[in-house]
Amino acid sequence: MHLPAILPWGAAEGFSKQMLLVLLSVVFIAVFFVLAARKQQLVPGKLQFAGEAAYGFVRNGIAKDIIGGRDFIKYVPLLFSLFFFILVNNIYGAIPVFQLPTFSHVGGAYVLAGLVYVTWIAIGIKKNGLRYFKLATVPSGVPWYILPIVIPIEIISNFVVRPVTHSLRLFATMLAGHLIVMIAGSGIEYLIMQENFLLKGTSLLVLAGAIAMYMLEALIMVLQAYVFTLLTAIYIEGALHADSH
Amino acid sequence: MHQLIISAAAEGDVNPLIPNGWEMLVVFVGFAILFFIVVKYVVPMFEKTFAERAEAIEGGIAKAEKAQAEASAALEEYKQQLTDARTEANRIREEARAEGAQILADLKEKAAAESARITAQAHAQIESERQAAVVSLRSEVGTLATTLAGRIVGESLDDDARASRVVDRFLADLESQNAGAAK
Repeated sequence: MHLPAILPWGAAEGFSKQMLLVLLSVVFIAVFFVLAARKQQLVPGKLQFAGEAAYGFVRNGIAKDIIGGRDFIKYVPLLFSLFFFILVNNIYGAIPVFQLPTFSHVGGAYVLAGLVYVTWIAIGIKKNGLRYFKLATVPSGVPWYILPIVIPIEIISNFVVRPVTHSLRLFATMLAGHLIVMIAGSGIEYLIMQENFLLKGTSLLVLAGAIAMYMLEALIMVLQAYVFTLLTAIYIEGALHADSH
Repeated sequence: MHQLIISAAAEGDVNPLIPNGWEMLVVFVGFAILFFIVVKYVVPMFEKTFAERAEAIEGGIAKAEKAQAEASAALEEYKQQLTDARTEANRIREEARAEGAQILADLKEKAAAESARITAQAHAQIESERQAAVVSLRSEVGTLATTLAGRIVGESLDDDARASRVVDRFLADLESQNAGAAK
């Protein structure tokens, strides 16, 4: 039920199961969407329809709704890639053979949040010039005597805490879910080994709990992919319209 | 499996917040490849279909609007024709009515003329008959009067020449009296 790690958890070097899954996810997503988009017809078939629904979800449900305007389409590729990359990598945790949400290893979450961080700051500077940092940290309509408190808070919340929470939210939910499912699994295994019949029986309770947690975890996997992408769109929108915030 | 966790926990010093550099590299490269494919193939293909579909739908709408406009134009034309036809029919009816009235008037006139002619003819006939009656009466009354006067006088007045002279004189007196009365 659980592929052995190619190298043990925490191994500093070597090719691990986590890396294999990341690369596989790229293949899955690319193959699915290229196949779905390859033979484009005005009246779509089943595969094309599924692809379009998935693409339209990110395009219209996230990019258009949050960023809006005429040039939201520029940011659709980034949001689309982020959403499906995270979604597939999270869902691994709910699929019996893979059984590892790859973002339960913190590195990937750092990389993606870092990319997003660089992206929205670059967008802000490109759109507003260096004035962007003033716009992003000095809120308008605040009395001058509060500014000394507000400005440091804005700097910390926007430029320091934001990328950290962005990455850790994803990583922590995945790790916690993974741990809970794993602990429940080992708990069942441990209880069922016991001589005492009653103790053996309690493994059923743990199993019921584990199934419920598994369902919750599956929900959170999808939800976190959505949240991560949604926050990315909100950050980009904030950078684009810094002067009106 | 719990041995796995226990062994992992036993290592202890592994902080889950410290990333593995190789894993970061793999995620970065994997995401870059995916992003490239999405930018290069997936988004353009989907956007193309979306645009084509929007165009097809808008084209269909335009076509439908054109057909609608044509249909209403034709309807307008038919209505116009119908109105024209009605006007024409009314005109013809009016004409017929006028013509009928004209014919009737002509006939009436003709009948009146005819009746006048008949009346005149009758008058003439009556006049000539009266004239004939007057002539015959005159001779008859003369004869009767002569016979009567002969009987009374006892003298034959059979001598025609004399008798008619007497009668003529009498009548001439009568007429001159009448004429005097009439004056």
